[in-house]
Amino acid sequence: MLARTVTHALVGLDARRVEVEAHVELGQPGFTIVGLADRACQEAKHRVRSGIGSAELRWPNDRRITVNLAPAALRKEGSGFDLPIALAILGASHQLPARRVEAHAAFGELALDGRVRPVGGALAAAEGAHRAGIKRLVCAAESAAEAALAGVEPVPVEHLAEAASYLRGEREPQPYELLPANGDVPPSHPDLADVRGQERARRALELAAAGGHNLLLAGPPGTGKTMLARRLPGLLPRLAPDEALEVTRIHSVAGLLAPEHPLVRDPPFRAPHHSASMAAIVGGGRGARPGEASLAHRGVLLLDELPEFMRPALEALRQPLEDGVIAVARAEGRAVYPARFQLVATMNLCPCGARGDPGSECSCSAQRLASFRDKLSRALVDRFDLVVTVPRARADELAAGPAEASAAVAERVEAARVLLAVQRPPRTPEADDLLSRAVERLPLSGRGRARVARVAQTAAALVGSESVLPEHVAEALGYRSPRELEPA
Amino acid sequence: MSELLLAAYAAETGSHVLRAPADARFRRFAGCFDEHAYRARLASAGIRWLARSDPAFPSSLGAIFDAPAGLFVRGEAPVELLDEASVGIVGARACTAYGSHVARTLGRELAAAGLVVVSGMARGVDGEAHRGALEAGGRTVAVLGCGVDRAYPAAHAELAGRIAAEGLVVSEYAPGVEPAPWRFPARNRIVAGLCQAIVVVEARERSGALITADLAVEEGREVFAVPGEITSALSAGSNALLRTGASPATCTADVLEAFGLAPPEKPAPSVSSTAARVLERLRDGPTSADGLVRALGLEAAQVTAALTELELNGLLTETSGIVRAVRE
Repeated sequence: MLARTVTHALVGLDARRVEVEAHVELGQPGFTIVGLADRACQEAKHRVRSGIGSAELRWPNDRRITVNLAPAALRKEGSGFDLPIALAILGASHQLPARRVEAHAAFGELALDGRVRPVGGALAAAEGAHRAGIKRLVCAAESAAEAALAGVEPVPVEHLAEAASYLRGEREPQPYELLPANGDVPPSHPDLADVRGQERARRALELAAAGGHNLLLAGPPGTGKTMLARRLPGLLPRLAPDEALEVTRIHSVAGLLAPEHPLVRDPPFRAPHHSASMAAIVGGGRGARPGEASLAHRGVLLLDELPEFMRPALEALRQPLEDGVIAVARAEGRAVYPARFQLVATMNLCPCGARGDPGSECSCSAQRLASFRDKLSRALVDRFDLVVTVPRARADELAAGPAEASAAVAERVEAARVLLAVQRPPRTPEADDLLSRAVERLPLSGRGRARVARVAQTAAALVGSESVLPEHVAEALGYRSPRELEPA
Repeated sequence: MSELLLAAYAAETGSHVLRAPADARFRRFAGCFDEHAYRARLASAGIRWLARSDPAFPSSLGAIFDAPAGLFVRGEAPVELLDEASVGIVGARACTAYGSHVARTLGRELAAAGLVVVSGMARGVDGEAHRGALEAGGRTVAVLGCGVDRAYPAAHAELAGRIAAEGLVVSEYAPGVEPAPWRFPARNRIVAGLCQAIVVVEARERSGALITADLAVEEGREVFAVPGEITSALSAGSNALLRTGASPATCTADVLEAFGLAPPEKPAPSVSSTAARVLERLRDGPTSADGLVRALGLEAAQVTAALTELELNGLLTETSGIVRAVRE
């Protein structure tokens, strides 16, 4: 007897429909799973058999059981197929009504004792089910809130026996907690008021937050660059609903969602260590997992000590910085992950770190300095709209009183973002003149000019100006890449 | 006795040769040397040979104690350029932003006043001096410590091309000769020999630039040194020169005076009131942008805009977050 159920396999973030067919027939007893199932998937055999037994249901011992995961040419990965396979087998062995089984989607892993465990990617699977017109998804209780976001009705179950009981019609699905509309308490971010002095860097942070500009903080060690960089998320507004769903989908696939916070509402903040591999940063590897760049989608990616990062990892970031996506090549095609993030980085001005510190002397040889600068151009220095040199603070700075709090700055930032979303203010003729003069007088490339123009618009938006004035251009020019970071 | 033979022999043996050696090896080499073919190879590589005995050889260089056998010359300018009024700009390779800026400015303004700027095309001060001269559309000569077919350092290959396009790249060493540490002091004597005055921009104690200064003094050239911060080790050498009699170069006019030239008049540009306040504050000494924000009670945005304005007008330079007023 044949029974089937529906589930979804993830290729990157795409949920592809998979039909789980179970055929239980007379013949040489055996249990085979076909359909390009990977190792975790093949191991389902043991979990399903054990789970069915633990649920006090009958394992069709004396039959030949074949499970097909269709389409046969799509590679299936992971342990989310356990539950649909178990349900299909139960359907095919007359223990559950096959029609009911077929009308549901299912997604989840089985423990040996029959418990249903959550698997990353539930949101994407639920969205797939929704697109396929299926109204109910049987899944682990922890995945229920996530699945509900996709517009399907989840049937949360803690145990396979519960699922069986529900499908036999003996009980209604458990209620699950819908997310309260605005009840989520925003996470606490470090406050900008903690930073003493550093007026220019704080202003740059405000500009970066308002315009989504990439920001580079350069200067000697111990000047508070990392401290400043970590305060950027506190200035950013919450994600819009569609953005929140996008980000949640990615974090779901990476298995990063907490059951009590299934929806990611705040811009993500990722800060990989500089020893991270290319695969960790841009994704790929087994299971085409999203990398830090995708996990930072709609948020901030902080690269602390930029020159210390591996060159291949930095090179790989060029594509998302340009297009906002990362394409990871897989055997059966490409998985495309969104990766539109704001880049923040810190670095020293020279290998020994002393440049920029009036009290110290740079001990780098000319050779070392030159090769350091050459490496920088390849380390994405040309991708930063805002470059701020953060000099060593003096005693009077550190004694200065607390600065403006993040909340006050965040208000201005939000207002500016709203303005910029409606219209990007045009330049006045005087502002245009100034920009042209600057291109001639300073070393400013075409790309540099475009960056200055964008930052000037943000400066104008922050004061609610309808057009970009010369003072906005003048300020924006102050954040161009300093000559000492250019290759010799 | 052909000087070209001497230069070729020097290249072959990797040694310094000013007069014909009396040994057998040289006689053997001289016997097989095909000058005609050598000259043809030079010509096809676009390299000219200016022998010491040639009337066009620069007189000031020909008069020094150990004048080179001749110069290999690459570039578009006529060799007579080497005989014109020249000033040498030398200094540290790992110079500070101050040294870099001063070298560039001096290069630019001395070239704009009509002098030929001579230097060694090394990293740091030398490179900046050449670039300054090129910026002003002036003439510059690079003296190398290796063959003129090579650019040393490699990062200056493009700069060498630009220098050759308007001026000259010269060397006493034949094409193909690699740079070696002992060739640089030797090169420095040529820089000193070609110029009527030398300016040491920034130098540590015991640096190559000081050797050039010494050679200049021996040959009766005028030596200038740019004063630097007394706490900076990178200016210790150049400051020490001032103590032993070098003239201080506090502005381009100081150097031009030695040539009997006066700097051209430049009108002071007008700036906004905020920028003027910033400039006034900077007269007290360099400070950080943040320091200006606090001292003047302005917004960071206003200060940044004012700094840009001043920079565009050539009145200010910023390095590593510290801004200083400049007189240009």
